[in-house]
Amino acid sequence: MSAMSAGAPRSLASSGQKSIQDILHPLSAEESALNPGSAAEKDLILPNGTPVDTSSPASSSSLLNRLQLDDDLDGETRDLFVTVDDPKKHVSTMETYITYRVCTKTTRTEFDLPEYSVRRRYQDFDWLRNKLEESQPTHLIPPLPEKFVMKGVVDRFSEEFVETRRKALDKFLKRVADHPVLSFNEHFNAFLSAKDLNKRQGLALLTKMGESVKYVTGGYKLRARPVEFAAMGDYLDLFTQKLGTIDRIAQRIIKEQSEFLMELREYGPVYSSWSSFEEDLHDPLEGVSGCVSNCSSALEELTEDMSEDFLPVLREYVLYIESMKNVLKKRDQVQAEYETKLEAVVFREDKKTPVPTDVEKCQDRVECFNADLKADWDRWENNKRQDFRQLLTGMADKNIQYYEKCLAAWESLIPVLQDKQEAEGETS
Amino acid sequence: MTLLHTKLKTTPKIEAGDFTHIVEYLLKMMEISVAEAEKRTGKNAVNMQETYTVYLIETRPVDAASEGTNPVPDSLWRRYSEFELLRNYLLVTYPFSVVPPLPEKRAEFVWHKLSADNMDPDFVERRRVGLENFLLRVASHPDLSSDKIFYSFLTEENGWKETVFETGFQAKADSRLKALNATFRVKNPDKRFAEMKHYGDELQSVISQLLRVRARAADRLYGVYKVHGNYGRVFSEWSAIEKEMGDGLQSAGHHMDAYAASVDDILEEEEHYADQLKEYLFYADALRAVCRKHELTQYELEMAAQDLTSKKQQREELATGTIRTFSLKGMTSKLFGQETPEQREAKLKMLETQIEEGEELVKERNAECEEFVKSAWVDIERFKEQKDHDLREALISYAIMQISMCKKGIQVWNNAKECFSKM
Repeated sequence: MSAMSAGAPRSLASSGQKSIQDILHPLSAEESALNPGSAAEKDLILPNGTPVDTSSPASSSSLLNRLQLDDDLDGETRDLFVTVDDPKKHVSTMETYITYRVCTKTTRTEFDLPEYSVRRRYQDFDWLRNKLEESQPTHLIPPLPEKFVMKGVVDRFSEEFVETRRKALDKFLKRVADHPVLSFNEHFNAFLSAKDLNKRQGLALLTKMGESVKYVTGGYKLRARPVEFAAMGDYLDLFTQKLGTIDRIAQRIIKEQSEFLMELREYGPVYSSWSSFEEDLHDPLEGVSGCVSNCSSALEELTEDMSEDFLPVLREYVLYIESMKNVLKKRDQVQAEYETKLEAVVFREDKKTPVPTDVEKCQDRVECFNADLKADWDRWENNKRQDFRQLLTGMADKNIQYYEKCLAAWESLIPVLQDKQEAEGETS
Repeated sequence: MTLLHTKLKTTPKIEAGDFTHIVEYLLKMMEISVAEAEKRTGKNAVNMQETYTVYLIETRPVDAASEGTNPVPDSLWRRYSEFELLRNYLLVTYPFSVVPPLPEKRAEFVWHKLSADNMDPDFVERRRVGLENFLLRVASHPDLSSDKIFYSFLTEENGWKETVFETGFQAKADSRLKALNATFRVKNPDKRFAEMKHYGDELQSVISQLLRVRARAADRLYGVYKVHGNYGRVFSEWSAIEKEMGDGLQSAGHHMDAYAASVDDILEEEEHYADQLKEYLFYADALRAVCRKHELTQYELEMAAQDLTSKKQQREELATGTIRTFSLKGMTSKLFGQETPEQREAKLKMLETQIEEGEELVKERNAECEEFVKSAWVDIERFKEQKDHDLREALISYAIMQISMCKKGIQVWNNAKECFSKM
């Protein structure tokens, strides 16, 4: 951190985006700026004047977080690229499962090699997420696609399901890789680079979300939730509702479209059987049949795309919000703990002794949590906006493509329908 | 004025093809339209109050309109039942013609949003168009258009019904109906007519199926569009809790509402296509009726010929004294004794007269049959050309409708996309 403080301006940006020129890239520091607990901790002062406790893993990274690196960095400034692809089925005597190839390209010094290619299965992603939640409890961890799949209802090995899952896993890793704090997490590093994940330790801790954070003791009563965090909670509640409604609407549309498709599949062939006993009208009728068939295929594609691309993203966000609400709860707990302990101290008789360090530690925890959360929230809002812009634009695109396909089919039919007339016109 | 009317007025397609003689079709002299429909109440035959619809028929000489003077058209009101009476009269009087059909009496092949109620204004409107179409078709038919009863249907409000009944067509109708309903088999069926009848069967079957499935598909399409309207509402609610995303979402929601609303017009237009198909569904029936009537004519000829042959045989037997055919009379005379030569003479004379009459009858029926075949086949050919032309046109306008629907869809979603991209 000393190199950091030497090279960077004293007043660090605490919130709001700054242009990339004004912000020093954290990796431009000469020494390993990420080493927690380095000597010159005392030099670090938060904008509000309180000293920063760099002993906890959360705070050092929160400093970097405040630099608010813009998400829309072009490829040149990004230094970590991750992709998930190439799903393969593995059959063993014990079980059958899918693995995915995880490719990494990076210039970061935290990695020994510039490139990695490993194979991971869903379990491994789940492990990673749990480790991230454990080790970065003040941050919003991106969601994974749903873990449990009802056997018999959904085919876990179908191309569509695997592809949908692969996309979601890819998105998950990309979001982690883009996060200025999470991307430097050691477990993430291990996930990307290790030949075999030593998960024995991790497996023992595969508990439900929210229970894995050890230092939050819970059971404290919160006096007053700061307005901004209350607003976050309210927003998330409403937003989740809206997402649920949109999910239902989308499903209903898919259902209606499927039923419409069924009728079309019966409708087209009737024209074909009609054409079989017509002479003059044979080609036009056959043409209409073909047209309807083309439209049917286009509709089928649209419905499938919506099922595979649209719905999963909505559901992902619902999961995301769930985990975010849990982080908010944790934050409340940390604040509650601090307030309770502070109160106990305040009502002590001996007012001369200084505030005990554990109360100070609590205060730091609160402030760091709040700062991390605020930064992550802004980042999340930004991502959400982009994600939904992309999602809805994608939905519009798919519908446009469907209509364009149908339009092309019907337009190409017109000359076939008019054919005889032109011939008649010539002879008469 | 419907599109059909204008087309028939300006392009008498009936002139092309087999018709070398120029016929002054009624339509070339007169503009006909069914301009309005009105509800009436009155007492019916059993003195009960009933509500019914009347249709206003307007006629105007073509020349007057082209001169630019534009006089007020003559008009009179007619009920659907009067149209039916006219058609029944035409069916009996011109059995060799493929008589244009009336629009359906009751709404069939409806999808859920369409009313099956005869009093529903949309149904009445579509029926008005169908009735006008019927009149125009009759007025442009080479044989039917010159019929006096048809002319007075268009021009004489009072006493028309009586005039029709005076023609005595009812009696003919009743006997024909009885004969047609009876099952009979023709010994030497005319291959062409048999094929035509089969075609009529197939056409009726396929169009019924088409209309049924189309109605179901229309129902589903309606559902797809309308559910998108829900997006409008939820986007609006969502935009209320957003800051930067709000405007884009809100305006996209409006486009989703517009999309949902657009299906009403789309399906209304499609209903017009369904009506065009329905006309030919009923035309198939008219075609089959002609084939059936031909069969009857053929059968009657065969019966007369059969009767003549048996009478001739009887004469031969009586003359030569040999019994070749079994007849009860012959048996009884054998059992109860021979006839006297006077009795035989009398019988022979009677047979001779009967044979003479029989030969006349066969000649008559043969001529009838030949005449029928000639006239019917001319009209069937004319009908075939008309059918091919009309159905082709119907398919073209259907395709154009679909193209328009696709273009509208593309536009709406492009608008929505623009709003989304501004989120």
